[in-house]
Amino acid sequence: MQATATLLTVVSALLAVAVPAVALSRRPWAGTLVYGVSLAASLAGLGVALAALLAGAGSELTLPLGLPWIGARFRIDALSAFFLAVVNLGGAAASLYGLGYGRHEEAPHRVLPFYPVFLAGMNLVVLADDAFTFLVSWEFMSLASWALVLAHHREAANRQAATVYLVMAGFGTMALLLAFGLLAGTGGEYGFSAIREAVRDPAVSSLALVLALVGAGSKAGLAPLHVWLPLAHPAAPSHVSALMSGVMTKVAVYGFVRIVFDLIGEPAWWSAILLLALGGGTAVLGILHALMERDLKRLLAYSTIENIGIVFACLGLALAFRADGMGWAAALALTAALFHVLNHSLFKSLLFFGAGAVLTATGGRDMERLGGLIHRMPATALFFLAGSIAISALPPFNGFISEWLAFQAILQSPELGGWGLKIVVPAVGGMLALAAALAAACFVRAFGVSFLGRPRTPEAGTAREADRFSLAAMGSLALLCLAAGTLPGFVIDALAPVTRLLVGGAMPLQADRPWLSIVPIAESRSSYNGLLVFAFIVLSASLSAFAVHRLASSRLRRAPAWDCGFPVAGAATQYSAGGFAQPFRRIFGTTVFAAREEVTMPPPGDMRPARLSLAIHDPVWERAYLPLARAVDALAGRLNRLQFLTIRRYLTLVFLFLVALLLVLALWT
Amino acid sequence: MILDILVQGAQMAAVLAAAPLVTGFVRKVKARLTRRKGPSLIQPYRDLARLMRKDAVVAENASWLFRVFPYLVFAATWVAAALVPTFAGGLVFSWTADLIAIIALLGTARFFLALAGMDVGTAFGGIGSSREMMISSLAEPAMMLTMFALALVAGSTQLSTVSAVLASPEVGLRVSLGMALVALVMVAIAENARIPIDNPATHLELTMVHEAMVLEYSGRHLAMIELAAMLKLVLYLSLIACVFVPWGIAPAGAGVAALALGAALWLAKLAAGGFLLAFFETSIAKMRVFRVPDFLGAALMLGLLGTLLLFVSRSM
Repeated sequence: MQATATLLTVVSALLAVAVPAVALSRRPWAGTLVYGVSLAASLAGLGVALAALLAGAGSELTLPLGLPWIGARFRIDALSAFFLAVVNLGGAAASLYGLGYGRHEEAPHRVLPFYPVFLAGMNLVVLADDAFTFLVSWEFMSLASWALVLAHHREAANRQAATVYLVMAGFGTMALLLAFGLLAGTGGEYGFSAIREAVRDPAVSSLALVLALVGAGSKAGLAPLHVWLPLAHPAAPSHVSALMSGVMTKVAVYGFVRIVFDLIGEPAWWSAILLLALGGGTAVLGILHALMERDLKRLLAYSTIENIGIVFACLGLALAFRADGMGWAAALALTAALFHVLNHSLFKSLLFFGAGAVLTATGGRDMERLGGLIHRMPATALFFLAGSIAISALPPFNGFISEWLAFQAILQSPELGGWGLKIVVPAVGGMLALAAALAAACFVRAFGVSFLGRPRTPEAGTAREADRFSLAAMGSLALLCLAAGTLPGFVIDALAPVTRLLVGGAMPLQADRPWLSIVPIAESRSSYNGLLVFAFIVLSASLSAFAVHRLASSRLRRAPAWDCGFPVAGAATQYSAGGFAQPFRRIFGTTVFAAREEVTMPPPGDMRPARLSLAIHDPVWERAYLPLARAVDALAGRLNRLQFLTIRRYLTLVFLFLVALLLVLALWT
Repeated sequence: MILDILVQGAQMAAVLAAAPLVTGFVRKVKARLTRRKGPSLIQPYRDLARLMRKDAVVAENASWLFRVFPYLVFAATWVAAALVPTFAGGLVFSWTADLIAIIALLGTARFFLALAGMDVGTAFGGIGSSREMMISSLAEPAMMLTMFALALVAGSTQLSTVSAVLASPEVGLRVSLGMALVALVMVAIAENARIPIDNPATHLELTMVHEAMVLEYSGRHLAMIELAAMLKLVLYLSLIACVFVPWGIAPAGAGVAALALGAALWLAKLAAGGFLLAFFETSIAKMRVFRVPDFLGAALMLGLLGTLLLFVSRSM
């Protein structure tokens, strides 16, 4: 009772601050008010959620709202407590960042009223305990974020992004609506507890699973439903981008986990294979897109797609293990998935904050116009670097832990029955390894081109460091990334109630291990100690630096760059983002994106410069979405004639349709 | 316990001390194979000492990252190398990082080095970083799949356990292990920037990858990077040796005699590996940079096939 009521109070505080925000949003202090209240509310929510997760106390509450015969039910169990913690942690960080970043907002009246509503919507989705409340909150969240995407509506690209987002969000909600309709059955019992207990046909369950995958997957950015994400996420103001990428995709993952692991019961055997294949494919496709991208924020959005792929692949593995009765392995895979959910919310928010700081400082997010920012924005560069290491799944940061747990889970899977899984699982393991390696390349490129080297434009050369609030938000997230990477045992232990609830098993207790190692199964099989690895690296690096400076030489001379004896002054001679991506375009892009490069070389004697033209095609957009859009358009054109009939004809149509319907009914029974 | 810590310390010191020697040995053998006299075996030590004593010349617009990362690259490589059993198994800290973590540590070192290459903002640094990441984007998954195959055979990802299991007679010859060996050797060649992927002896031409990336470095910073590269070679040779030729590694708690025997055998294995590497390098030409994906793609497929075979054979 206590936790749910407190969180609902938090939500109502968020909703309440949106009301004055509408009227006062043009006042200079409105941002401070909205973000301050959001920060306080999110911190309170985080505290309550963490307490509920660690104490393991579930609580529920029914409010007399919504449908008259069921009311609006809210409940907190281990799963929702974990996701509430993720949502409110991300919300708190974004609000802190917004305190500084929001001052540069050119249209505050389009951001401030929707921002707390968006946060409230995400909290409500996770709190909901019946299908009706869930769907209403889901739409609430979607529409609030849609309004935020439209904040800078004067740019045509943003308007288009918002349209695509609205269509995809509507489509996703429709799929979820149908899924819940199937799950609730003809009795119309929309409470989650009734859905959980109902006995239903396996075919219905399978259909509901596919619909849930479509509905939640389209919100999370699972390929091939991801196309809206790289358009919409970057269009919003940067702290909202961070929330959409870092947190809202996690709410979608929550919706999927809630339906598939909790409500449906035992899903069909092929669902694990479907999830694994989709997850692995999404991971590789997402990161390849990110590698080709030169817009910093779109690059981050594509990388979100990759990370969602990793999460879904781990969820698929957990389903497979659970179906085979291997509770301990299912717990390992599910822990990997949830740990990655937490990790991604941390480093993706951090990176979007960094991109926002760069955007404010230079007025652009095209990497080809940045460079050398490490000199002008040292703190932002340091934090962005931490996020880049973490997202590339490199020790000692946190991204590596979830990757490592996922690989450990994959190594348990030869015990699984079924030939499909035996072939898919190692292939997915290879895909995840490939995605991780490509992510490292992608973020070397992102950080190296934007922050290192020399400034490519005057704007980049005169950039100013971000404000204190933004730096505080980025710094605390970077610290959390390091903390989760060096002390992962505590996170794993905190996830134990969730896995116990969903797969009936948990990983062994980690906190009492010597030296805070993590041991997924047994010490003889595998163990990792992030704290010691971090300590060893720091120790040996400082020892060697000390020894070299003391015993050999510590003199340093500054000189012009060597560059093999031919230093060219222009900053344009640096390697560019496009140049960095060229080998990858050549290896992967020619097949995946049908990338073609063409060099137009003028004939000898002609003084015109040579030109490189580059064509990249998005296979999903061009093969699936454009034909679909054309078909819908053509159909709408045909049906348009129906708008201009006489009343006589309309009545005839209605009559004919009624007869047809009655005939169908008569034949059916 | 004290002996264990001594063994771990000795191992850390041994890989560091042996690293320049192995590089010198490979250079010497290559020179002899091409009927040259070649520099002395200890020339790499002299080179390192000379580089350390020199002033470091740093480009005017280099940031702090340029000066800090050589030490971090060295440290990450050294930590990884210290966790591979060389002459003694059962290292005190072997549970700190398993096979996957060792690969990832090398990934961290490479990430830092690639960023350092881009810091000054020259064309050479960028091309080196870009190509290094291109090579690693294929080599790392291939390595990971090879490790999957090994871990599945041994039922563990702890390197000392893997080594002990593979040394026991019941493992025998397996097709998947053969594939893993071939894939691992291919990855090792690519990761150490050896012919046919990259040429460690060139200092010009656009074909170079690793050398282009570190072109701006001089003095002590260059020494740290060179030392890290030498360590990496020893790491890969020791890794291949401890997994595929695991005999002679002193088990945990062994006496001094066994340790001495293990050390002697380790040096012999390094020499054999170094000789094979030199022989292979002399007998093959460097390939074009865009043939590298074919080479590494083959390694990737071999690793995948090896893992797949183990997955499938488990049910029978």
